[in-house]
Amino acid sequence: MIIADRKPLEEILEMIADVDNIMLVGCKGCVTVCNVGGLKEVQILSSSLKIARKKADRPLQIEEVLLERQCDPEYIEQIRDTYDRYDAVLSMACGVGPQFLSEAYPGQRFFPTVNTKFMGGAVTHGIWEERCAGCGTCVIHHYDGLCPIARCSKSLLHGPCGGSADGKCEVSQEIVCIWDKIVLKKMEQGRLEDLRTFKPAKDWRSARDGGPRTSIREELVQ
Amino acid sequence: MSENGYKSGSNLEKVLEAGHFAFTGECGPPKGANVEHLKEKMEHLRGQVDAINVTDNQTAVVRMSSAAASAIMVQAGLEPNFQMVCRDRNRLAMQADILGAYSMGIRNMLCLSGDHQHFGNHPQSKNVYDIDSMQLIAMVKKMRDEGKFLNDEDIDESPKMFIGAAANPFADPVEFRIYRLASKIDAGADFIQTQCIYNMPRFREFMKKAVDMGLTENAYILAGVTPMKSARMAKYMAKFVPGMDVPEALIKRLEGAGKGKQAEEGIRFAIEQIDEFKEMAGVAGVHLMAIEWEHKVPEIAERAGVLPRPQV
Repeated sequence: MIIADRKPLEEILEMIADVDNIMLVGCKGCVTVCNVGGLKEVQILSSSLKIARKKADRPLQIEEVLLERQCDPEYIEQIRDTYDRYDAVLSMACGVGPQFLSEAYPGQRFFPTVNTKFMGGAVTHGIWEERCAGCGTCVIHHYDGLCPIARCSKSLLHGPCGGSADGKCEVSQEIVCIWDKIVLKKMEQGRLEDLRTFKPAKDWRSARDGGPRTSIREELVQ
Repeated sequence: MSENGYKSGSNLEKVLEAGHFAFTGECGPPKGANVEHLKEKMEHLRGQVDAINVTDNQTAVVRMSSAAASAIMVQAGLEPNFQMVCRDRNRLAMQADILGAYSMGIRNMLCLSGDHQHFGNHPQSKNVYDIDSMQLIAMVKKMRDEGKFLNDEDIDESPKMFIGAAANPFADPVEFRIYRLASKIDAGADFIQTQCIYNMPRFREFMKKAVDMGLTENAYILAGVTPMKSARMAKYMAKFVPGMDVPEALIKRLEGAGKGKQAEEGIRFAIEQIDEFKEMAGVAGVHLMAIEWEHKVPEIAERAGVLPRPQV
């Protein structure tokens, strides 16, 4: 799923310094699962903003809304009757949300309240890690299901580099050297020879490098 | 292969092909456009080494480009070993720079992944890594031997580079290092320069494997030597440089030398290493990385008995 972090309160306050009446829209998708933009987080942010603005002597009116998903026009439609009653709309969804909203309602201003970070999962309660870089051409079968593009700091297809030490990346002790894991797994399985195969330079057109991407499923297009 | 039978015809290639024990040095370009400073540093190496590595934004700190500094060396009659990292350029820029470097008379290049920009003075930058060091080696070989760009288009006069790669026998996972070296040689590396060696028993083991696997028949391996200036430097490298193996015994030895004498002890250790490398099966030479100590190279070369350098 998509993992995001809440923006600092100060940054959000600054964005909406000139407005007095906002709609705060949460999302029941990924951001609910990663505890950053679901019902509870909408309520917390709403209270925090109100308190801060009250202190600053410029009270803020907030309408709290929770949509099924903000990456689907069907659900975006649910605020069509109300969106223009506010000075601005704040989205608590990933970066997709405010854009779908903005495209559906050209007359309104939409602001993000989270920083969208990566595709990954929770490795333990409260800790999420990146797993996929969305390069558009999955190659993890060459690496026993582990992705060096997303997880090696240098995206090496022929790792590990000389900076791998004690299973950690040279960039930080907090980063696992995925190449160390790939090699160990291959060794355990007695298939180290797999890693002697030369991989040609990757075609990055399927990644973001080829420009913004579209996925079309003909059978679903009406 | 070019008409004269050499891959690039560089001095380094000729020295190695003739069976001489090669001796290469290193010179980091200045943090600015100070050509005089570069010239002063590189002049210490004249006549002392077969080629001079010119680092490419080493440790991810911006410096004069390795291609420009290498070209300045060529103009001064010195032979550079032009380093290129995958961190800062995509395949377009890399191929363009390889052509440019070759057209300026550069004949050796060392293909590296490069330190992550996190270490350097522009940690905010985007990291490129369009291709990795293995793919860079193969790309330079393709440009040289097939006369083709990475996309298979023909090159109008291909760059004939003597291709180098790095190997770190001490980084983890240690068991894999020899295979990674083998892959780099398969990809097209003509010569290898290793990471600084301090743990001699481990390096002996590594070289034995390289010889047993036949790797030394297909590429020249130059052993990396960086003389320690002090026990403090040794401790720093042991602790903070990833993939560096500095044995406690060496730190003790430097400390034991006493104040003011640690640098001399560091040089002595380096000379002992070079003496052993000369005899070690499979080692074709030494790459001396006297970091910001270029003026010491003549003394080390003299005492290590590698002078005069062969004229081939």
